[in-house]
Amino acid sequence: MVDVTNLTLQDASKMLSSKQIKAKELTEAFLDRTKKLNEKLNSFITITEDIALKQAEKVDKLIEGNQKLPPLAGMPIGVKDLFCTKGIKTTAASKVLENYVPAYDSTVVSKIKDSQTVILGKTNHDAWAHGASGENSDFGPTKNPYDLERVPGGSSSGSAAAVASGQCIAALSTDTGGSTRQPASFCNLVGIKPTYGRVSRYGVMAMASSLDTIGHMTKTVWDNAQILNVTAGNDTNDATTSPRPVEDYIKEIEKGVKGKRIGLPREYFDGLDPKIKSVIDKASKELENLGAIISDISLPHTQYGIATYYIIVPSEISSNLARYDGIRYGNGRDSFGAEAKRRIILGTFALSSGYYDAYYLKAMKVRRLIRDDFVNAFKNVDAIIAPVSPTLPFKIGEKVNDPLTMYLADVYTVNVNLAGIPSLTVPAGFIDGLPVGMQVIGPDFSEKLLYQIGSAYEQKTKWYKSKPNI
Amino acid sequence: MKYTPVVGLEVHIELYTKSKMFCSCSADYFGKEPNTHTCPVCLGLPGALPVPNKQAIEWCVAMGQALGCKIPLFSKFDRKNYFYPDLPKGYQISQYDKPFCVEGEVTLSGDKKIRITRAHMEEDTAKLTHAKVEGKNVSLIDFNRSGVPLVEIVTEPDFENAQEVVEYLKLLQQTARYLGVSQADMEKGDMRLEPNISLKKAGEKGLPGYKVEVKNINSFKFVEKAISFEIGRQSEVLDIGQIPKQETRGWNEQKQATLSQRSKEEAHDYRYFPEPDIPPIRWNQNQIKELEKKLPELPQAKFKKFQKEYALSAYDIEILTREKSTADYFEEAVSAGEKHNVTAKQIANVIINKKPDLEKTLPAQLVQNIKGQSTQNIKQADLDKILEEVLKSNPQIVDSYKAGKINAIQVLIGKVMQQTKGQASANEVKNILEKLLS
Amino acid sequence: MKIDISHVAKLANLKLSPAEEKKFGDQLDEVLDYFTKLNEVKTEIVQPIDHITGLENVQRQDVAQPSLSQEEALSATRKTHNGFIQVEAILESGDH
Repeated sequence: MVDVTNLTLQDASKMLSSKQIKAKELTEAFLDRTKKLNEKLNSFITITEDIALKQAEKVDKLIEGNQKLPPLAGMPIGVKDLFCTKGIKTTAASKVLENYVPAYDSTVVSKIKDSQTVILGKTNHDAWAHGASGENSDFGPTKNPYDLERVPGGSSSGSAAAVASGQCIAALSTDTGGSTRQPASFCNLVGIKPTYGRVSRYGVMAMASSLDTIGHMTKTVWDNAQILNVTAGNDTNDATTSPRPVEDYIKEIEKGVKGKRIGLPREYFDGLDPKIKSVIDKASKELENLGAIISDISLPHTQYGIATYYIIVPSEISSNLARYDGIRYGNGRDSFGAEAKRRIILGTFALSSGYYDAYYLKAMKVRRLIRDDFVNAFKNVDAIIAPVSPTLPFKIGEKVNDPLTMYLADVYTVNVNLAGIPSLTVPAGFIDGLPVGMQVIGPDFSEKLLYQIGSAYEQKTKWYKSKPNI
Repeated sequence: MKYTPVVGLEVHIELYTKSKMFCSCSADYFGKEPNTHTCPVCLGLPGALPVPNKQAIEWCVAMGQALGCKIPLFSKFDRKNYFYPDLPKGYQISQYDKPFCVEGEVTLSGDKKIRITRAHMEEDTAKLTHAKVEGKNVSLIDFNRSGVPLVEIVTEPDFENAQEVVEYLKLLQQTARYLGVSQADMEKGDMRLEPNISLKKAGEKGLPGYKVEVKNINSFKFVEKAISFEIGRQSEVLDIGQIPKQETRGWNEQKQATLSQRSKEEAHDYRYFPEPDIPPIRWNQNQIKELEKKLPELPQAKFKKFQKEYALSAYDIEILTREKSTADYFEEAVSAGEKHNVTAKQIANVIINKKPDLEKTLPAQLVQNIKGQSTQNIKQADLDKILEEVLKSNPQIVDSYKAGKINAIQVLIGKVMQQTKGQASANEVKNILEKLLS
Repeated sequence: MKIDISHVAKLANLKLSPAEEKKFGDQLDEVLDYFTKLNEVKTEIVQPIDHITGLENVQRQDVAQPSLSQEEALSATRKTHNGFIQVEAILESGDH
């Protein structure tokens, strides 16, 4: 009997619709694995067993009735605890909301529910999405399934660990400065950071309103594209969503990369760890063999990304977290953890009288230049390949004491968020048994192209077949 | 007076839109059960996002245009950050440096000009009330009002006395009602006033080096009192050679005085920044022109027109133009009256003195009613002649009536009606005959 | 210390212990030092980018839709009284 928790979403869906497996069996298998591993990994804050089983039964009835199944029917999915789920505890991984139960669903959760998804539970993460390791969760750090002494990355730590270990078949996440791409890279997964405005933010607790994107992690590129087909689209409840119609991201996903021009930004490779550099170099060679045209490009303002990001983001955080005062819901502001407090203070300072021009306004100007770098580059290339993290997954506890050092590790991800453009992370290999991912970055609304490039590379290298020993 | 008051006004007007400013909750909150008109957005729940109300924006622009403002082609929303229990998000979505309307002007009586600095959109806060629960003093919050659209109108410090302020407020209220955007009722809280008051030595140029903000003036009847009180209070301070403290004071109705509020010494740092959740607004000239065309004739313009077109007293015109519905009704009645020889003066008379229910009587009907009570269809001179003739030709009936046979008058009325071929009103004829024969 | 931490904490409605004030102060000073890097970038003629999407005029028709019920609205509130949300008595009048 195949271990169904190893199945891709694509294969599991086929088995379901061809009645080779019942939705209830599928869900039970994932629930068992979730419960078995959760203490070890600490990937789920809440496991919604009853809800999941009821939903699975509902899907089985649809199958019995020979109804046409929506794309995600019966698929057990984890949801980052930053997404409001009606009637299900939603904590933002923070003591401030440790008992909070929302009275409404976020738009994306509504969409996956409409697609008859089985929601398995709420995944752990850095509290308020502040972090890149999972160590800032008020409910304990999550472990990397590939090495339990190491971090799975963050902020969407639980989502990554859950999918990589087979606790769920996919998981929703967010990406404001790399929070989907970096954990996906640390856990051998595919992660999408969509174009800002492609997926609705309504109902997802805001971190930095002008950068937050709603993404997800899967084992394969096809799985990832399928989920974006469901989550993407304009939302009347979110005034920053694009009115642009949603393409079918699966259609022609196997188109290949022949003739596609791919740029390697030199600023991303200067000073990069040679082992990681060699992984990316090998990957670009593979793409070249598949017909892509690789060239050297420059993104001159790359070095200013971290400073720009860490001015704008805490500023918006300081305003977005102002509503958490314990009056209408939740606990008081004393329940905020250290990182949240630090960012609130930094942001309040950057916006304050006498400092606004020097910090926030200045950063918003440099942000335009950073975006212009990409817009100009895309005049000559169709996509950009880049590393995700300057380091391999590090040991838990290794970095917590120095905020600035933590911030500097975001160097390859934040500029994409500042520019608002999409980026797909795909597995690119292993170093010392630890996963290394790479980014495929494209212009606004180029997700379809990114999936094609990612798919071509994936089908050639099949890194997704490697599983952690857990 | 040896000091000249320097007063600027900040007025908030709550718009009567169907839904709130940034969400679709009903904006009709008055008298409703607490916290029954809320949603994730206006409650400030985690994850909620604002989407602006198109009608509210257009009404704000209409208000600005009615006050002579320019409408800049680019505008945006900003966050005003501060903490207070009636502010669910910990920030108010407002407008900072790119408001919808700028640089307007209104003219008060005596040709006094008041410059309008700006008019912008923002959202209202929740309602706080104070109570005792289980022996403890508490505050109770109702979020039904949270998120209702507010237009804030700011003037330059051009007012020099309390009477001008009252006149301006009345004009604002009338304008809002004419536009149909708000009842602007101070007692109901849909028009709120915050004057900034200071004094300078008479004849001195420039602005005084301080100003005092006065809050909590909740009723039209206290506006003049509150401002006069504060002017008096500041005079006394200046008289003894001191400068009034720059502060916020609250009008206290019981004490009929302004009192210093125990607020923080430091000025608020609102840390304004552009609202990232709402894309900016960009108009083109055509849209602005179209919106201006849609404006109804405004109170002052209507007043001037009535002065020109109708031989009525200013007092009468003021009453007729006080409410747009009355003015519109009057004009319609005048138009209907033209066909039936009913004059504007007669119509004005009836409306002002007899106060008929204008909602139950169509203008054309009113005209008919007036016509029925007058002999307008026959010239007064002709009627006089007929009356004289009938009386002359029927001396016995006249004697009979004068001797006490009251019903005899009916015969005379009949004869007059015959002669006038029904063009006169029987009632009118009766009245005139009674007078003539008394 | 570059940041007046106690003043900023007040603005941010956060109560920090003296130990926190010192620790955050030191850490954030380091971060602020790093920010001076941006002075290298010439931005005199650059416009700030408030909205990355380029969207404009996103508005909603003025139609009232059903609200949350009172029960739903207060479902997560700790202290309520007769349908109101209850807090400690507030002595001053608010700011508008």
